[in-house]
Amino acid sequence: MSRAALLVLADGRFPAGGHAHSGGAEAAVRAGRLTGAHDLASFCRGRLHTTGRTAAALAAAAVLGVDPLALDEAADARTPSPALRATARKLGRQMTRAARATWPGPELAALAAARPRGAHQPIVLGLAARSAGLGPEDAAHCVLYETVSGPATAAVRLLSLDPFDATAVLARLAPEIDATARRAVSDAHRAVRDGPGALPATSAPLLDITAEAHAAWPVRLFAS
Amino acid sequence: MSVHATARITAAPDGRGGTALPVLESDGPLAPRRTRAATGPGARVTVVGAMSAPLGGDRLALEVAVRDGAALTVDAAAAMIALPGRRTGDEPGDHARYDVRLTVGEDAVLHWLPEQLISVTGSDLRAHTRVELAPTARLVLREELILGRHGEPPGTLTTRLTVHHAGRPLLDQQLALGPGAPGGWDGGAVIGGHRAVGQLLLVAPEFDEKPATARLLGDTAVLTPLAGPGALVTALAPDARALRRVLDDALADLYR
Repeated sequence: MSRAALLVLADGRFPAGGHAHSGGAEAAVRAGRLTGAHDLASFCRGRLHTTGRTAAALAAAAVLGVDPLALDEAADARTPSPALRATARKLGRQMTRAARATWPGPELAALAAARPRGAHQPIVLGLAARSAGLGPEDAAHCVLYETVSGPATAAVRLLSLDPFDATAVLARLAPEIDATARRAVSDAHRAVRDGPGALPATSAPLLDITAEAHAAWPVRLFAS
Repeated sequence: MSVHATARITAAPDGRGGTALPVLESDGPLAPRRTRAATGPGARVTVVGAMSAPLGGDRLALEVAVRDGAALTVDAAAAMIALPGRRTGDEPGDHARYDVRLTVGEDAVLHWLPEQLISVTGSDLRAHTRVELAPTARLVLREELILGRHGEPPGTLTTRLTVHHAGRPLLDQQLALGPGAPGGWDGGAVIGGHRAVGQLLLVAPEFDEKPATARLLGDTAVLTPLAGPGALVTALAPDARALRRVLDDALADLYR
């Protein structure tokens, strides 16, 4: 694997559109559930172990060569919110464009042709990682880091939270991110053996509930 | 001694336009009984005796098959209460399992409306409900998780609901709550301090052509169309009674 390729893929400046999304943080701030660094830590930890773990396992399974269309169907079943399905596909479309420019490959092209409106983003990220010569744990780390860094960055803007405090939240989560990435990889190996149904489906009810309300706001800072 | 028990219910057309129950098998603490008063379509079965089970170490299973053209409503006489395991010396008790399998055939209907699952302090229950639906099957499914008896902290509760329609995945949702769950479960992304968590799932072929419209049902509940022919209500509430009210209102609204 190339460590530099991992940095390129994980960089917040990678042009895949992730910066426009708060990962549910904007809705949580409005509802009064996210008011400072303490709430941010528990918000991020909750995301990490629910939707984060599921998305990381999907990405790792894509790296291991599980059929991307079967994974896309599994991702739909794990995303009951239409607003979040639309977000995942929009981000997937943007990731496809960026990845095909950086690490072009036949698998990314085939997925883009089969899902012209975008596949779920973690699956595209997994194929991009595969195309870049990265491994399943790399893809899982990228997904998990984005799962927590999105809300942390958004909280700085939404709450005028001290950026040092937000980054400290992320740094303290590092061991849990590592452990969750390892778990996602073993989940993905199980999916290679038993199919995508063996992947985790850990979910977060509040993220599903608030995503629909947030999508209907006339004015918002973040797309999701 | 821990209990290993599998109860079974099979519903089939009786040849006279109604539904017969060729299999109605009790086992351990799970006792399905045919009951009369109509609360839903077809034959009605009430699961009695589920009170005070499962205890840690128990392995309980309930298998329900609704054959092509039959209609069945299953409810329960009481809430299911997950209790702590029997300790042997200083060893902590083992977790309990509760596995439900629901199979619904062509033009068959199942209303699966059990009472709440209550997670008591010190308990550790892993529950998995697997549903297999034929293309023209219809389903109403309610699931309510209550974290602790009144004013008590919850035990550990891991639940999963996996639904296949025509052999393809339709819905897969997993929750891990309580002191044994990974961190953040009670934070602003997952359940945010609520103590009652519920889902109401409706599957019907009509949703393929006319999907439900997503809408909020108050501040902490939402109705969403699934990617296949189903609609899901996801709801959080402070307690069991408030949760039931949200799900009942949603059901009355959707099932007309």
